[in-house]
Amino acid sequence: MAIAVIRVSLVAVGLVWVLAAQTVLAGDAQRYVKPGSQAAHSAACVEETNFMRRNHMELIKHQRDATVHHGIRSTKHSLAGCINCHVSVSPEGHALAINGRDQFCGACHAFSAVDVNCFGCHANVPRGGLLSPAALAAHGDAAAGVRPSAGQIMSDTPGSATGRAGGQ
Amino acid sequence: MKHQEAPLDPSLGSPPDSSLDASPDPSRRAFLGIAAGATAAVVAPGFVLQAQAVGNPRAERVSDVHRWGLLVDTNRCVDGCRACVEACDQENGLDLQRKQPGQSEAEWDTQKAVWLRKVKLQDNLTGRVSNLPMMCQHCESPPCVDVCPTGASFKRADGIVMVDRHTCIGCRYCMMACPYKARSFIHEVVEDQLTRVPRGKGCVESCNLCVSRRDQGLDSTACADACTALGHRAILFGDLKDPASAISQALKTMPSRQIREDLDLNTGVRYAGV
Repeated sequence: MAIAVIRVSLVAVGLVWVLAAQTVLAGDAQRYVKPGSQAAHSAACVEETNFMRRNHMELIKHQRDATVHHGIRSTKHSLAGCINCHVSVSPEGHALAINGRDQFCGACHAFSAVDVNCFGCHANVPRGGLLSPAALAAHGDAAAGVRPSAGQIMSDTPGSATGRAGGQ
Repeated sequence: MKHQEAPLDPSLGSPPDSSLDASPDPSRRAFLGIAAGATAAVVAPGFVLQAQAVGNPRAERVSDVHRWGLLVDTNRCVDGCRACVEACDQENGLDLQRKQPGQSEAEWDTQKAVWLRKVKLQDNLTGRVSNLPMMCQHCESPPCVDVCPTGASFKRADGIVMVDRHTCIGCRYCMMACPYKARSFIHEVVEDQLTRVPRGKGCVESCNLCVSRRDQGLDSTACADACTALGHRAILFGDLKDPASAISQALKTMPSRQIREDLDLNTGVRYAGV
Protein backbone atom coordinates (compact mmCIF):
# COMPACT_ATOMS: atom_id res chain seq x y z
CA MET A 1 0.00 0.00 0.00
CA ALA A 2 2.80 2.38 1.04
CA ILE A 3 4.65 1.53 -2.19
CA ALA A 4 1.58 2.37 -4.23
CA VAL A 5 1.24 5.73 -2.47
CA ILE A 6 4.89 6.52 -3.18
CA ARG A 7 4.49 5.55 -6.86
CA VAL A 8 1.41 7.74 -7.25
CA SER A 9 3.11 10.68 -5.59
CA LEU A 10 6.19 10.27 -7.79
CA VAL A 11 4.00 10.32 -10.90
CA ALA A 12 2.21 13.39 -9.55
CA VAL A 13 5.52 15.18 -8.91
CA GLY A 14 6.66 14.24 -12.41
CA LEU A 15 3.51 15.65 -13.95
CA VAL A 16 3.92 18.88 -12.00
CA TRP A 17 7.48 19.23 -13.35
CA VAL A 18 6.33 18.63 -16.89
CA LEU A 19 3.65 21.30 -16.51
CA ALA A 20 6.15 23.70 -14.95
CA ALA A 21 8.61 23.13 -17.81
CA GLN A 22 5.86 23.79 -20.34
CA THR A 23 4.94 27.03 -18.58
CA VAL A 24 8.54 28.20 -18.56
CA LEU A 25 8.94 27.40 -22.25
CA ALA A 26 5.69 29.17 -23.05
CA GLY A 27 6.98 32.16 -21.11
CA ASP A 28 10.10 32.09 -23.26
CA ALA A 29 7.97 32.00 -26.37
CA GLN A 30 6.26 35.18 -25.28
CA ARG A 31 9.60 36.92 -25.15
CA TYR A 32 10.68 36.10 -28.69
CA VAL A 33 10.16 39.70 -29.74
CA LYS A 34 13.68 41.03 -29.36
CA PRO A 35 14.41 44.06 -27.25
CA GLY A 36 15.88 46.76 -29.44
CA SER A 37 13.91 45.76 -32.54
CA GLN A 38 11.24 48.08 -33.87
CA ALA A 39 8.65 45.47 -32.93
CA ALA A 40 9.56 45.84 -29.25
CA HIS A 41 8.28 49.40 -29.38
CA SER A 42 5.03 48.53 -31.12
CA ALA A 43 1.83 47.78 -29.27
CA ALA A 44 0.84 45.12 -31.79
CA CYS A 45 1.94 43.39 -34.96
CA VAL A 46 0.17 44.05 -38.26
CA GLU A 47 -2.57 41.74 -36.97
CA GLU A 48 -3.49 40.60 -33.48
CA THR A 49 -0.55 38.79 -31.84
CA ASN A 50 -2.19 35.40 -31.30
CA PHE A 51 -3.53 35.45 -34.84
CA MET A 52 -0.07 36.23 -36.16
CA ARG A 53 1.46 33.35 -34.17
CA ARG A 54 -0.83 30.85 -35.79
CA ASN A 55 -1.36 32.34 -39.23
CA HIS A 56 1.66 34.41 -40.24
CA MET A 57 2.72 31.76 -42.76
CA GLU A 58 -0.63 31.94 -44.54
CA LEU A 59 -0.43 35.71 -44.75
CA ILE A 60 3.10 35.63 -46.14
CA LYS A 61 2.21 32.91 -48.63
CA HIS A 62 -0.78 34.84 -49.90
CA GLN A 63 1.27 38.01 -50.15
CA ARG A 64 4.05 36.29 -52.07
CA ASP A 65 1.72 35.30 -54.90
CA ALA A 66 0.14 38.74 -54.99
CA THR A 67 3.59 40.33 -55.17
CA VAL A 68 5.36 38.01 -57.60
CA HIS A 69 2.52 37.52 -60.06
CA HIS A 70 0.50 40.70 -59.71
CA GLY A 71 3.11 43.19 -58.54
CA ILE A 72 1.19 44.25 -55.44
CA ARG A 73 3.66 45.69 -52.94
CA SER A 74 1.54 47.95 -50.80
CA THR A 75 0.00 45.50 -48.35
CA LYS A 76 1.21 45.08 -44.81
CA HIS A 77 1.90 41.33 -44.95
CA SER A 78 5.28 41.37 -46.67
CA LEU A 79 8.20 39.28 -45.50
CA ALA A 80 10.47 42.30 -45.92
CA GLY A 81 8.19 44.12 -43.49
CA CYS A 82 8.47 41.28 -40.95
CA ILE A 83 12.25 41.38 -41.16
CA ASN A 84 12.49 45.17 -41.01
CA CYS A 85 10.44 45.33 -37.85
CA HIS A 86 11.64 42.23 -36.01
CA VAL A 87 15.35 42.22 -36.76
CA SER A 88 17.54 42.96 -33.77
CA VAL A 89 20.82 44.76 -33.69
CA SER A 90 24.06 43.60 -32.10
CA PRO A 91 25.88 45.89 -29.65
CA GLU A 92 28.33 46.63 -32.47
CA GLY A 93 25.47 47.87 -34.58
CA HIS A 94 25.12 44.98 -37.04
CA ALA A 95 21.75 43.57 -37.93
CA LEU A 96 21.56 39.98 -36.67
CA ALA A 97 20.31 37.27 -39.01
CA ILE A 98 16.67 36.90 -38.09
CA ASN A 99 16.75 33.13 -38.61
CA GLY A 100 19.55 32.63 -36.11
CA ARG A 101 18.57 30.19 -33.34
CA ASP A 102 18.35 32.94 -30.77
CA GLN A 103 16.57 35.42 -33.00
CA PHE A 104 12.94 36.18 -33.68
CA CYS A 105 12.20 33.72 -36.49
CA GLY A 106 14.85 31.14 -35.62
CA ALA A 107 14.09 30.83 -31.91
CA CYS A 108 10.38 30.22 -32.29
CA HIS A 109 10.86 27.86 -35.23
CA ALA A 110 13.41 25.90 -33.22
CA PHE A 111 10.95 25.71 -30.31
CA SER A 112 8.14 24.50 -32.55
CA ALA A 113 10.49 22.24 -34.59
CA VAL A 114 9.35 23.71 -37.91
CA ASP A 115 11.93 24.28 -40.60
CA VAL A 116 11.83 27.78 -42.04
CA ASN A 117 12.80 27.90 -45.72
CA CYS A 118 12.24 31.58 -46.48
CA PHE A 119 15.87 32.47 -45.97
CA GLY A 120 17.25 30.10 -48.56
CA CYS A 121 16.47 32.92 -50.99
CA HIS A 122 15.35 35.94 -48.97
CA ALA A 123 17.83 38.17 -47.17
CA ASN A 124 17.75 37.50 -43.42
CA VAL A 125 18.70 41.08 -42.57
CA PRO A 126 17.28 44.23 -44.18
CA ARG A 127 19.67 44.96 -46.99
CA GLY A 128 19.76 47.36 -49.90
CA GLY A 129 16.30 48.84 -49.42
CA LEU A 130 13.25 48.47 -51.59
CA LEU A 131 14.85 50.81 -54.09
CA SER A 132 18.54 50.86 -54.88
CA PRO A 133 20.57 53.97 -54.09
CA ALA A 134 21.00 54.37 -57.85
CA ALA A 135 17.25 54.36 -58.33
CA LEU A 136 16.78 56.91 -55.58
CA ALA A 137 19.50 59.10 -57.03
CA ALA A 138 18.11 58.94 -60.55
CA HIS A 139 14.52 59.44 -59.45
CA GLY A 140 14.99 61.60 -56.40
CA ASP A 141 11.93 63.74 -56.97
CA ALA A 142 9.64 60.93 -57.99
CA ALA A 143 10.75 58.56 -55.26
CA ALA A 144 10.87 60.88 -52.29
CA GLY A 145 8.09 61.84 -50.05
CA VAL A 146 5.18 60.10 -51.72
CA ARG A 147 4.65 58.06 -48.61
CA PRO A 148 6.02 58.78 -45.16
CA SER A 149 8.89 56.45 -44.42
CA ALA A 150 8.13 53.42 -42.34
CA GLY A 151 11.57 53.73 -40.79
CA GLN A 152 13.21 51.17 -43.04
CA ILE A 153 16.46 49.73 -41.88
CA MET A 154 19.21 49.52 -44.40
CA SER A 155 22.39 47.62 -44.01
CA ASP A 156 24.70 47.79 -46.96
CA THR A 157 27.91 46.32 -45.66
CA PRO A 158 29.03 42.87 -46.71
CA GLY A 159 30.07 42.51 -43.05
CA SER A 160 26.46 42.18 -42.01
CA ALA A 161 26.63 38.64 -43.31
CA THR A 162 28.67 37.71 -40.26
CA GLY A 163 25.47 37.65 -38.27
CA ARG A 164 24.17 34.69 -40.22
CA ALA A 165 24.10 32.19 -37.42
CA GLY A 166 21.84 29.24 -37.90
CA GLY A 167 21.47 29.52 -41.65
CA GLN A 168 19.10 26.82 -42.76
CA MET B 1 28.20 36.86 -88.09
CA LYS B 2 30.93 36.21 -85.58
CA HIS B 3 29.88 36.40 -81.97
CA GLN B 4 32.14 36.96 -79.00
CA GLU B 5 32.00 38.36 -75.51
CA ALA B 6 33.28 41.90 -75.33
CA PRO B 7 36.53 42.23 -73.40
CA LEU B 8 36.62 44.55 -70.44
CA ASP B 9 38.34 47.80 -71.23
CA PRO B 10 40.06 49.08 -68.09
CA SER B 11 40.68 52.47 -69.65
CA LEU B 12 36.98 53.27 -69.54
CA GLY B 13 35.13 54.48 -66.50
CA SER B 14 38.26 55.61 -64.66
CA PRO B 15 39.57 58.89 -66.01
CA PRO B 16 43.29 59.51 -65.49
CA ASP B 17 44.01 61.05 -62.11
CA SER B 18 45.49 64.46 -62.76
CA SER B 19 45.83 65.32 -59.08
CA LEU B 20 48.82 63.01 -58.60
CA ASP B 21 51.77 65.07 -57.46
CA ALA B 22 55.40 64.02 -57.76
CA SER B 23 56.25 65.41 -54.29
CA PRO B 24 53.32 65.03 -51.93
CA ASP B 25 53.00 67.39 -49.02
CA PRO B 26 53.52 65.48 -45.71
CA SER B 27 50.99 67.56 -43.78
CA ARG B 28 48.41 66.92 -46.45
CA ARG B 29 49.10 63.20 -46.17
CA ALA B 30 48.68 63.33 -42.41
CA PHE B 31 45.39 65.12 -42.75
CA LEU B 32 44.18 62.60 -45.30
CA GLY B 33 45.18 59.75 -42.99
CA ILE B 34 43.23 61.24 -40.09
CA ALA B 35 40.26 61.87 -42.32
CA ALA B 36 40.33 58.28 -43.62
CA GLY B 37 40.57 56.94 -40.06
CA ALA B 38 37.67 59.05 -38.87
CA THR B 39 35.58 57.94 -41.83
CA ALA B 40 36.40 54.29 -41.17
CA ALA B 41 35.44 54.67 -37.50
CA VAL B 42 32.08 56.10 -38.46
CA VAL B 43 31.37 53.66 -41.25
CA ALA B 44 32.87 50.52 -39.68
CA PRO B 45 29.79 49.54 -37.69
CA GLY B 46 28.28 49.24 -41.12
CA PHE B 47 24.75 49.28 -39.89
CA VAL B 48 22.83 52.37 -40.72
CA LEU B 49 19.44 53.13 -39.35
CA GLN B 50 18.12 55.08 -42.23
CA ALA B 51 14.74 56.41 -43.11
CA GLN B 52 14.48 55.58 -46.76
CA ALA B 53 11.95 57.30 -48.90
CA VAL B 54 9.81 54.75 -50.64
CA GLY B 55 8.24 55.40 -54.00
CA ASN B 56 4.66 54.66 -54.66
CA PRO B 57 4.16 50.94 -54.09
CA ARG B 58 1.65 49.31 -56.39
CA ALA B 59 -1.66 48.57 -54.72
CA GLU B 60 -3.51 47.10 -57.68
CA ARG B 61 -2.70 44.19 -59.96
CA VAL B 62 -0.51 44.88 -62.93
CA SER B 63 -2.59 45.11 -66.06
CA ASP B 64 -1.94 44.69 -69.77
CA VAL B 65 -2.53 48.40 -70.31
CA HIS B 66 1.26 48.68 -70.40
CA ARG B 67 3.86 46.55 -72.06
CA TRP B 68 7.35 47.40 -70.93
CA GLY B 69 10.23 47.19 -73.35
CA LEU B 70 13.63 48.49 -74.30
CA LEU B 71 15.05 49.97 -77.46
CA VAL B 72 18.81 49.65 -77.86
CA ASP B 73 20.54 51.89 -80.37
CA THR B 74 23.65 49.85 -81.09
CA ASN B 75 25.25 52.79 -82.92
CA ARG B 76 25.44 54.57 -79.57
CA CYS B 77 26.62 51.52 -77.62
CA VAL B 78 30.31 52.03 -76.91
CA ASP B 79 32.87 49.27 -77.35
CA GLY B 80 34.35 48.31 -73.99
CA CYS B 81 31.83 50.24 -71.90
CA ARG B 82 30.24 48.10 -69.19
CA ALA B 83 28.21 50.71 -67.36
CA CYS B 84 24.89 48.93 -67.97
CA VAL B 85 26.31 45.60 -66.85
CA GLU B 86 27.71 47.08 -63.66
CA ALA B 87 24.51 48.98 -62.92
CA CYS B 88 22.50 45.79 -63.42
CA ASP B 89 24.83 43.87 -61.11
CA GLN B 90 24.47 46.44 -58.36
CA GLU B 91 20.74 46.88 -58.78
CA ASN B 92 20.10 43.17 -58.59
CA GLY B 93 22.75 42.06 -56.11
CA LEU B 94 24.67 40.07 -58.72
CA ASP B 95 27.90 41.69 -57.53
CA LEU B 96 27.38 39.95 -54.18
CA GLN B 97 27.92 36.51 -55.71
CA ARG B 98 31.06 34.75 -54.53
CA LYS B 99 33.14 32.10 -56.21
CA GLN B 100 33.12 28.75 -54.44
CA PRO B 101 36.39 27.83 -52.72
CA GLY B 102 38.50 25.76 -55.09
CA GLN B 103 36.46 26.70 -58.13
CA SER B 104 38.44 27.78 -61.17
CA GLU B 105 37.89 31.22 -62.66
CA ALA B 106 36.86 29.63 -65.94
CA GLU B 107 34.18 27.53 -64.25
CA TRP B 108 32.95 30.47 -62.19
CA ASP B 109 32.61 32.58 -65.33
CA THR B 110 30.30 29.99 -66.80
CA GLN B 111 28.30 29.43 -63.61
CA LYS B 112 27.73 32.82 -62.02
CA ALA B 113 24.40 34.45 -62.69
CA VAL B 114 24.48 37.12 -65.40
CA TRP B 115 21.37 39.07 -66.33
CA LEU B 116 22.92 41.45 -68.81
CA ARG B 117 26.01 40.91 -70.95
CA LYS B 118 27.75 42.86 -73.63
CA VAL B 119 27.93 41.14 -76.99
CA LYS B 120 30.12 42.14 -79.92
CA LEU B 121 28.93 41.29 -83.41
CA GLN B 122 31.03 41.38 -86.54
CA ASP B 123 29.71 41.16 -90.05
CA ASN B 124 32.28 38.96 -91.73
CA LEU B 125 31.50 40.33 -95.19
CA THR B 126 31.95 43.99 -94.39
CA GLY B 127 33.93 43.80 -91.15
CA ARG B 128 31.47 46.14 -89.42
CA VAL B 129 31.45 45.63 -85.65
CA SER B 130 28.46 46.39 -83.44
CA ASN B 131 28.17 46.23 -79.68
CA LEU B 132 24.98 45.56 -77.85
CA PRO B 133 23.68 44.62 -74.42
CA MET B 134 21.91 41.26 -74.45
CA MET B 135 19.42 40.28 -71.80
CA CYS B 136 16.01 38.61 -71.51
CA GLN B 137 14.08 39.88 -74.52
CA HIS B 138 10.71 39.69 -72.75
CA CYS B 139 9.01 37.91 -75.61
CA GLU B 140 5.29 38.13 -76.13
CA SER B 141 5.33 34.35 -76.70
CA PRO B 142 8.21 33.26 -74.48
CA PRO B 143 9.65 29.78 -75.15
CA CYS B 144 10.78 29.60 -71.51
CA VAL B 145 7.15 29.85 -70.37
CA ASP B 146 6.07 27.22 -72.90
CA VAL B 147 8.49 24.61 -71.58
CA CYS B 148 8.25 25.27 -67.82
CA PRO B 149 6.74 22.17 -66.19
CA THR B 150 5.61 23.94 -63.01
CA GLY B 151 4.40 27.32 -64.21
CA ALA B 152 7.28 29.02 -62.42
CA SER B 153 8.38 30.75 -65.60
CA PHE B 154 5.61 33.18 -66.40
CA LYS B 155 4.79 36.42 -68.13
CA ARG B 156 3.34 39.19 -66.04
CA ALA B 157 0.37 41.10 -67.39
CA ASP B 158 2.62 44.03 -68.24
CA GLY B 159 4.84 41.86 -70.43
CA ILE B 160 7.70 41.19 -68.01
CA VAL B 161 8.90 37.58 -68.22
CA MET B 162 9.87 36.36 -64.76
CA VAL B 163 10.59 33.29 -62.65
CA ASP B 164 8.54 32.57 -59.56
CA ARG B 165 11.23 31.00 -57.42
CA HIS B 166 8.64 29.59 -55.05
CA THR B 167 7.58 27.14 -57.77
CA CYS B 168 10.84 26.81 -59.73
CA ILE B 169 12.27 23.29 -59.37
CA GLY B 170 15.53 24.08 -61.11
CA CYS B 171 15.06 21.77 -64.09
CA ARG B 172 16.59 24.37 -66.44
CA TYR B 173 14.34 23.54 -69.40
CA CYS B 174 13.81 27.28 -69.79
CA MET B 175 17.54 27.86 -70.07
CA MET B 176 17.70 25.44 -72.96
CA ALA B 177 14.59 26.85 -74.60
CA CYS B 178 15.74 30.47 -74.48
CA PRO B 179 17.26 31.51 -77.84
CA TYR B 180 19.07 34.43 -76.18
CA LYS B 181 21.08 32.63 -73.46
CA ALA B 182 19.41 35.04 -71.08
CA ARG B 183 18.85 32.82 -68.05
CA SER B 184 21.15 31.80 -65.24
CA PHE B 185 20.99 29.04 -62.69
CA ILE B 186 22.09 29.47 -59.09
CA HIS B 187 24.32 26.50 -58.40
CA GLU B 188 25.33 27.04 -54.79
CA VAL B 189 23.91 28.29 -51.52
CA VAL B 190 23.71 32.09 -51.54
CA GLU B 191 24.49 33.96 -48.33
CA ASP B 192 24.22 37.55 -49.48
CA GLN B 193 20.99 38.73 -51.02
CA LEU B 194 19.36 42.09 -51.32
CA THR B 195 15.91 42.51 -49.84
CA ARG B 196 14.48 43.53 -53.20
CA VAL B 197 16.09 40.64 -55.14
CA PRO B 198 15.84 37.25 -53.42
CA ARG B 199 18.22 34.63 -54.75
CA GLY B 200 18.79 31.03 -53.76
CA LYS B 201 20.31 27.73 -54.77
CA GLY B 202 18.42 25.65 -57.29
CA CYS B 203 16.44 28.35 -59.08
CA VAL B 204 16.71 29.99 -62.47
CA GLU B 205 16.64 33.76 -62.87
CA SER B 206 17.00 36.43 -65.51
CA CYS B 207 16.44 40.11 -66.25
CA ASN B 208 13.04 41.23 -64.98
CA LEU B 209 13.24 44.81 -66.25
CA CYS B 210 13.98 45.98 -62.68
CA VAL B 211 10.59 44.79 -61.53
CA SER B 212 10.91 46.32 -58.07
CA ARG B 213 11.36 49.72 -59.72
CA ARG B 214 8.24 49.05 -61.81
CA ASP B 215 6.25 48.25 -58.69
CA GLN B 216 7.50 51.32 -56.83
CA GLY B 217 6.36 53.59 -59.62
CA LEU B 218 9.72 54.55 -61.12
CA ASP B 219 9.98 54.96 -64.87
CA SER B 220 13.35 53.54 -65.82
CA THR B 221 15.71 50.60 -65.47
CA ALA B 222 19.18 50.53 -63.93
CA CYS B 223 20.85 49.83 -67.30
CA ALA B 224 19.04 52.66 -69.07
CA ASP B 225 19.82 55.08 -66.24
CA ALA B 226 23.52 54.16 -66.28
CA CYS B 227 23.75 54.54 -70.05
CA THR B 228 22.01 57.91 -69.95
CA ALA B 229 24.19 59.10 -67.07
CA LEU B 230 27.27 58.52 -69.23
CA GLY B 231 25.68 60.43 -72.06
CA HIS B 232 25.56 57.44 -74.42
CA ARG B 233 21.77 57.16 -74.37
CA ALA B 234 21.88 53.81 -76.15
CA ILE B 235 19.17 52.20 -74.02
CA LEU B 236 15.64 53.57 -73.94
CA PHE B 237 13.06 52.09 -71.58
CA GLY B 238 9.35 52.63 -71.94
CA ASP B 239 5.83 51.49 -72.59
CA LEU B 240 5.44 49.84 -75.99
CA LYS B 241 1.66 50.15 -75.80
CA ASP B 242 1.59 53.88 -75.20
CA PRO B 243 1.79 55.55 -78.63
CA ALA B 244 2.97 58.78 -77.01
CA SER B 245 5.87 57.23 -75.08
CA ALA B 246 9.42 58.05 -76.11
CA ILE B 247 10.14 54.44 -77.00
CA SER B 248 7.07 54.18 -79.22
CA GLN B 249 7.99 57.42 -80.97
CA ALA B 250 11.55 56.20 -81.49
CA LEU B 251 10.36 52.85 -82.81
CA LYS B 252 8.09 54.66 -85.22
CA THR B 253 10.88 56.71 -86.72
CA MET B 254 13.97 54.53 -86.35
CA PRO B 255 14.56 51.24 -88.19
CA SER B 256 14.82 48.52 -85.56
CA ARG B 257 14.92 44.75 -85.40
CA GLN B 258 14.22 41.92 -83.08
CA ILE B 259 17.10 39.53 -82.57
CA ARG B 260 16.11 36.18 -84.09
CA GLU B 261 12.99 37.71 -85.55
CA ASP B 262 12.61 34.48 -87.57
CA LEU B 263 11.34 32.86 -84.37
CA ASP B 264 8.34 35.20 -84.37
CA LEU B 265 8.47 35.80 -80.60
CA ASN B 266 7.60 39.51 -80.71
CA THR B 267 10.30 40.53 -78.29
CA GLY B 268 9.92 43.50 -75.96
CA VAL B 269 13.59 44.42 -76.48
CA ARG B 270 14.35 45.90 -79.88
CA TYR B 271 17.67 46.80 -81.47
CA ALA B 272 18.47 49.56 -83.91
CA GLY B 273 21.60 49.59 -86.08
CA VAL B 274 22.18 45.84 -86.38
